[in-house]
Amino acid sequence: MAAFAEAMKNGQVGAVLFYDCNPVYDSIHGKLIGDKLASVKVSVSFNERMDETTQKCKVLAPSHHWLESWGDAEPQSGYISLMQPTISPLFKTRSWEESLMKWSGSTTSHYDHVKNYWIAKLGGEAAFDAAIQKGVLETETMPMSGASFSGNVAEAQAKVAAMKASADGQVDLVLYEKVGIGRGGAWSNNPWLQEMPDPVTKCTWDNYVLMSPNRAKKMGAEHTDLNEVDANKKVFKIKANGTELLLPILVLPGMHDDVVAVAVGYGRDKGVGKAAAGTGINVYPFVSKFENGNANYYASNIEISNTGKTYELAITQTHHSYQNDRLIIQEFTFDEFKKDPNELYNERKAALSHFTHSYDHAEGGHGEHAPAAAHGGEHAAPAAAHAGTKTEEDWQQAYRENGTLYPNFESLGMKWGMSIDLSSCVGCGSCTIACQAENNVSVVGKKQILMVHDMHWIRIDRYFANNPTKPDSIQTLFQPMICQHCDNAPCENVCPVNATNHSSEGINQMAYNRCIGTRYCANNCPYKVRRFNWRDWNEADCFDDNVYEDGRRDDINNDITRMVLNPDVTVRSRGVMEKCSFCVQRLQGAKATAKKQGRTMKDGEAKVACQQACPTDAIVFGNVNDRESAIYKLRYEEQKERVFHVLEEIHTLPNVNYLSKIRNANVLQSANPEKVQHGAHTEHA
Amino acid sequence: MHLKYESTIREALVDGNKSYHQVTEDICKTIESKPTKLWAIGFWTSVSLLLFGIFCVCWEVYWGTGVWGLNRTIGWGYDITNFVWWIGIGHAGTLISAILLLFRQGWRTGVNRAAEAMTIFAVMCAGQFPIWHMGRVWNGFFVLPYGNTRGPLWPNFVSPLLWDVFAISTYFTVSLLFWYSGLVPDFATLRDRAKTKFRKMAYGFASFGWAGSAKHWQRHEMLSLVLAGLSTPLVLSVHTIVSYDFATSIIPGWHTTIFPPYFVAGAVFSGFAMVQTLLVLTRKVLNLQEYITIGHIEAMNKVIVLTGSIVGVAYLTELFIAFYSGVLWEAEAFRLRVLGPYWWAYWAMMTCNVVSPQLFWFKKLRRNVWFTFFMSIIVNIGMWFERFVIMMTLHRDYLPSSWSYYVPTWPEVGFFLGTFGLFFTCYFLFAKYCPVIAIAEIKFILKTSGQNFKDKMNTIEEKTDEHFMAEQLSHH
Repeated sequence: MAAFAEAMKNGQVGAVLFYDCNPVYDSIHGKLIGDKLASVKVSVSFNERMDETTQKCKVLAPSHHWLESWGDAEPQSGYISLMQPTISPLFKTRSWEESLMKWSGSTTSHYDHVKNYWIAKLGGEAAFDAAIQKGVLETETMPMSGASFSGNVAEAQAKVAAMKASADGQVDLVLYEKVGIGRGGAWSNNPWLQEMPDPVTKCTWDNYVLMSPNRAKKMGAEHTDLNEVDANKKVFKIKANGTELLLPILVLPGMHDDVVAVAVGYGRDKGVGKAAAGTGINVYPFVSKFENGNANYYASNIEISNTGKTYELAITQTHHSYQNDRLIIQEFTFDEFKKDPNELYNERKAALSHFTHSYDHAEGGHGEHAPAAAHGGEHAAPAAAHAGTKTEEDWQQAYRENGTLYPNFESLGMKWGMSIDLSSCVGCGSCTIACQAENNVSVVGKKQILMVHDMHWIRIDRYFANNPTKPDSIQTLFQPMICQHCDNAPCENVCPVNATNHSSEGINQMAYNRCIGTRYCANNCPYKVRRFNWRDWNEADCFDDNVYEDGRRDDINNDITRMVLNPDVTVRSRGVMEKCSFCVQRLQGAKATAKKQGRTMKDGEAKVACQQACPTDAIVFGNVNDRESAIYKLRYEEQKERVFHVLEEIHTLPNVNYLSKIRNANVLQSANPEKVQHGAHTEHA
Repeated sequence: MHLKYESTIREALVDGNKSYHQVTEDICKTIESKPTKLWAIGFWTSVSLLLFGIFCVCWEVYWGTGVWGLNRTIGWGYDITNFVWWIGIGHAGTLISAILLLFRQGWRTGVNRAAEAMTIFAVMCAGQFPIWHMGRVWNGFFVLPYGNTRGPLWPNFVSPLLWDVFAISTYFTVSLLFWYSGLVPDFATLRDRAKTKFRKMAYGFASFGWAGSAKHWQRHEMLSLVLAGLSTPLVLSVHTIVSYDFATSIIPGWHTTIFPPYFVAGAVFSGFAMVQTLLVLTRKVLNLQEYITIGHIEAMNKVIVLTGSIVGVAYLTELFIAFYSGVLWEAEAFRLRVLGPYWWAYWAMMTCNVVSPQLFWFKKLRRNVWFTFFMSIIVNIGMWFERFVIMMTLHRDYLPSSWSYYVPTWPEVGFFLGTFGLFFTCYFLFAKYCPVIAIAEIKFILKTSGQNFKDKMNTIEEKTDEHFMAEQLSHH
């Protein structure tokens, strides 16, 4: 790239072709390339949209999207991936390979070229077809040659040491890529990703300067309790690499006091698309060059000052501290867990003992809760029927029946359940996006996020433990939160029209066309996972053009944009409540397939979208009534001692359980003295 | 039984030298004269407010509930706050007309008509909120249990919101009947006095052919008693059921058994305050000081100080139980109420509802018209804040990740103002075209509690008991 830039500078470039790159925007030589492109005789862009580089090219020959094209790739040595189109081209585009072949005078099409090449290579059409079907070729095992390292470690060490960190009290700037937007390629214009809360900051639709609470306080951007819900953040002027930019401050516990950080990938040209336009500031100009011409995403001794102005940031979670007395997350150090793996299990049992002790102590006796148990018995509760057999589920069953005045309804056939492992969750947000794609969850835009009208069915709650003013003390917790599908759901009994109710398979379900939008269910949901259609996001109600007061439209009814919708899932109109459905369309699909084949459904045939997308397999889902299922084994055998339900004590009886976070650390920042004492107490007892 | 004599020690309920005819004249005067300029200004101001309110509601229905400041965490704000507030205000009327009728409180006759009217208008205002707060108001009829071809699919009978539908519609119906049946003889009076043909026809229709026969009076009395019997439990049940919206929920700060009595006391408290606001103005403007006397005002102030104290005890009990129960969620909810982001609402509530009404222990203040007027406004502000504080309990519940904040937007505030428009439009029409004081009922107590009749008692009271006894016996 450096050589190309040099050649551009000297006017030695006669023709340039751009494909899948956007140097004018994201390269350190961007400005130079942008300025000189006009004087290059032939400049061609194959990019699919009017990005910053394409705008300056003379010839625009947009290529197919990869889902529209034939091709091959080798993502890893020895693994050949064959591409075939899943859809005919939506627009009048031509694959860039085709263009190149045509321009070079070739008469074969790109498809024939790919096909013939692989037929020749694989030895026959049948082999090619098989390979296409499989999608991947593992041609041969690549011989691993002995690796050797010839770098000069000492020199590198010296160089790193010589890299001057900022003087005391001075500030370093780090440029980073966000999980959602990355470097700001095509993703910049993906509204799903723009609206995906950043895993750590929970901010959407913007980039900003991350700053520690101490520095923020010092610089007049203090973070107070009320300030949290106030979207107006102080705007700072930052000068680095000869560039001066104004950026809002986001105070983030855990940041080093002398380091600030900003994400690249924002501040896109409006030609890139509707979603990208107007989001954030382009901070690539802060990127400097090392001596060898490589990009340096780091600056020291930057100038930073408070302008006193404010800017609104749309943050979906405004309270950050995990209050350790609120037992919504269970956390242990590895040592603690090794010492007493059953601590959590016993604690749960003890906490619910008022309802369950008759099952523990009296052989078959129901103790003082006899009437309640008898009442539940009418409804064929298996555990109550053989109370006294003392299986592991007994005390949980006893709590289920005795903790309420109402009869207990057993799910006799299927019973769907989910387990989320807090130790595995990395908070990346893949589940959020997978769910959004699967379930037609609306994107609402920055203004509506500012009004706390976010629609995500699965969110990841991020908490910080310990003292925000001591960066080293901070430990971060992620807790994916979705509808818990409570068997004793607070939302269900308050709905005046029965729009939300319980399936015999344990799913808390919504009948959208019955919902009249009183929002009582959302108020009464202790997990706050219900999402209301505050507006006509999908232009699906009986009023025309009523998305925005200024008459703007979101093109959601375009034939093209509507292709994003999953045809298996209802698009919700304005005024109805929605929430996680456990991807019921997939469950019904899996059941129907099994039924058609005249067999029962096997474990793992029904997968929910979040589970599928989770890179760490933190989410396990299945039929809990099936004793062979992964979820049953996990919950009642393999990870029994780590299982807990959020707010178990209020008797909502969630069908989602969590597995405690086991932290590989010496201390648990969230552990309060009370809890330690309590633990000690049980040890003595 | 009605006493033939009332001690002169008891304050007169009607001041001045009144005959039956004079009573009729005094009360019908406003109806039979041209509207005053003051009335016109008030009426048209109210109508404009009402129209603005209608505009705000149309705006909300067209663009969606999203134009309100509500959010993911706080699903109810101004809408339900104002609903509960108006319903509370609608409690004094029925209490005065029903419970005080059963307890034979003569002083109710001076204020019951206006208070009942106020009840009906307040319930009309209250009803707007649960209707228009629905996201799909055009499907609101789903809450009605009517036979349908969807199964049939019934509403959810365990939902407190559905109980509200029944409680409020019943309350409105019974209150309306009670109020109207009282109006019938008075409309007949107006009919008989009418000078124009239209007036005669209109009041003739409204009075349902009332002839004033003994049979009519007997049936009228009977109906009043039956309706009083029906309304009495309603006074207690309506706000009890409204409180169930919160009490049966699982949200800390809402889930409390103290809510029903606390809501009822609060409702009577705010209802009487609103009666005071209206009557202090009405008696002045319509020159009815001799019918709505300082004595009436004092009696109602006594109710205010009583119910205000009950409410105060309820607030303190809540705090104590939150602490004493040891339930973390409960304790946190109340800590946040008192010291959290909405601390100002809590302290406004405490000051207006608990501290300031205690001043009514002073007789001088109880009998001061302007202080009463000022205090009635304060109490209603306080009671509005009480409902707001309860609603804002939602802002921080179980999971800190979802904590939020709520600020109303202009369509919400406009909707609230619009209900004031509705209320006062109705009240101005009522004050102009209906007798604001029950003519027939005032006449009923006039000879025992009217000032001039009481004065005549002085000679009797000076007689010895024996003489009095002998005289009474000889009469029968």
